[in-house]
Amino acid sequence: MTEEFIIHGVEWTIKDLFVYPNEYIYWSIQIVMYPFMTGLVAGAFVLSSLYHVFGQRELKDIARFSLVFSLALLPVAAVPLLLHLQQPLRAMNVLLTPHFTSAIAAFGIVFTAYALIVLSEIWFIYREYFVAQFHALQETGGLLNSLRRMLYGVLTFGARDVGEEAVAVDHKAARILAAIGIPVACFLHGYAGFIFGSVKANALWMSPLMPVIFIMSAVVSGIALCMLTYIAIMEWQAFWRRRKGGLAEAGEIMGAGTDVIARTSRYLIGFLVAAISLELLDLIFRGYTAMKSWDILRSVMYGKDFVNIFVLQYTIGNLVPLVLLLLPGRTIRRTVLALLLVLFGVFMMRWNVVIGGQAFSLSFSGYMHYHMPIIPHSMETYKEGLFGALTVIVLPFVFFWIINKFVPSLRGSAGQTPLP
Amino acid sequence: MNCSRRDFLKQGLGSTLVSALPLSAFTFLSNAEARAAITNANTKWGFLVDTTKCVGCGFCVEACKTENEIPRDAPVTRTWVERYVVTNDGKTHIDSPDGGIDGFTSRTIGEEEIDSDDITKAFFVPKLCNQCDNPACVQVCPVGATYQTNDGVVLVDRDWCIGCGYCLMACPYGVRFFHPKYKVADKCNFCYHRITKGLDPACVQSCAFGARRIANLKDPDDPVTRIITTERVAVLKDEYGTKPNVFYIGLDANVR
Repeated sequence: MTEEFIIHGVEWTIKDLFVYPNEYIYWSIQIVMYPFMTGLVAGAFVLSSLYHVFGQRELKDIARFSLVFSLALLPVAAVPLLLHLQQPLRAMNVLLTPHFTSAIAAFGIVFTAYALIVLSEIWFIYREYFVAQFHALQETGGLLNSLRRMLYGVLTFGARDVGEEAVAVDHKAARILAAIGIPVACFLHGYAGFIFGSVKANALWMSPLMPVIFIMSAVVSGIALCMLTYIAIMEWQAFWRRRKGGLAEAGEIMGAGTDVIARTSRYLIGFLVAAISLELLDLIFRGYTAMKSWDILRSVMYGKDFVNIFVLQYTIGNLVPLVLLLLPGRTIRRTVLALLLVLFGVFMMRWNVVIGGQAFSLSFSGYMHYHMPIIPHSMETYKEGLFGALTVIVLPFVFFWIINKFVPSLRGSAGQTPLP
Repeated sequence: MNCSRRDFLKQGLGSTLVSALPLSAFTFLSNAEARAAITNANTKWGFLVDTTKCVGCGFCVEACKTENEIPRDAPVTRTWVERYVVTNDGKTHIDSPDGGIDGFTSRTIGEEEIDSDDITKAFFVPKLCNQCDNPACVQVCPVGATYQTNDGVVLVDRDWCIGCGYCLMACPYGVRFFHPKYKVADKCNFCYHRITKGLDPACVQSCAFGARRIANLKDPDDPVTRIITTERVAVLKDEYGTKPNVFYIGLDANVR
């Protein structure tokens, strides 16, 4: 190959035995990141809805946080797709001429609908706070404060009635939106599963269970990331206040509330069990029916990808955290380890679906190996390499940091004003 | 006039629905339907590959790459030739080095050198886009950049394709790839620019053995169509329900 032209996929694909000439690993790390990130969005939202809709009071703190965090994750769900497109400047075409027989065509619409739901739910929940800030900042001077006051004024959209009745309407609206949001969040992610599950050419992907598996593991990963971030931030704040306030106050300051964590992990375990059961059902079914593709699938699953699937995904990513969460006498430290492993397990599941689905040729007579570009030497190898993926992982935390400045969602970060 | 917000919304919604009602009298046509409705479609392109005639010279691949501006060195191609060698231990050895553009002169397939005495049968199979009646690639294109013409050929709009690669994934035959220069999906289109002017596709013209022929499936007097309709032909991977329009004579069970 000469260096004059870059052919997408050639850089990181190694072929083995007979593979059609045009076959490469066209969908690489960014397409692993895409369902992983949308999964986190959907999961974070479902976690927040457990409080808003089903009235799980213990989850109040983490629900508020996970709702705002799901907003921070939302734009990042679209970033991997943009990084993956060969013509990113034409991304708007999906909205201009959506071709509705394609699963991807609905992305823009579902994504926008979901964004509106999250934004309006946050607005209803925080409106009282915005109004309070608007009035509180009136007394303070300084350019920065008046700018902030202006922003909060705009954020109220002129709705500054904080009477009992108006606030009750707010709460009701937020609850309704949270209820609508659950199916939409599941749809947003379930249909990411549909994108894969409906590809009839791909023997590994094609399965009606795919959307359901994706939703279950989405909720698992979303809850895990929210818990993890929540624990990290709360412990960090407790640590700083302990240093500032000395030991005397330390008793009053608590880090991550253990009952919140206990409660949330119960949901996590439930969804984790559902996800594992469905995946195993899919695997057993494929083996039992043993269609034409089973020979090559078996050789990939039990041979080339054995470590990725059975060791990294099922054992380290699913079984070990399940045991860690179920054993009595759970500590925060052990929970953190379990959560990290759960996130890793869900990531490996995405990896094994996306990359594993391209590990064998459409001819069923050969294999393709993916070698992720580590050190980028071109835009292509940056976008579709380790650093592109890391960019996607870091972005939601940057967004959250910015959003949290105006829409505080954590105990202690809001100063004296009580949080909604 | 006194109009509460509730009434305004109610009436607004009502009048929108009423005004939208006449619109529902229109029906949505697919691309192919719309074209078929306004043009006289008496052409439907098909293709016939006689695998018993192919010698694996690779001239078709060379001609295709030249005609369609796919760089010769690029490891992607709109058409290619596969070599199948079945040995007496029951194994099938398959290869297609660089799409077979330089022909097949080596006895080595993969890393295995094959002894002539071990061969029970061997043959070549040219591959190209099947211009399916039910194309999976058209179904999954999120922007409608790949579409089916009313004469059956599936084309790609290079100015509208976003390069998501969904069609590359959806094609069971692996005929699609990203064009090295235009960075959009690309594939064989039976040399649409030639066949619509009455010329043969480049691969057909370059085949000295008559292994590749183009047909108008709607013309019963077309000699190639007559072969397709009267002789025993097969298609590739019909289990996917794509209804291909490339027909093969002498297709072996080993062909993937």
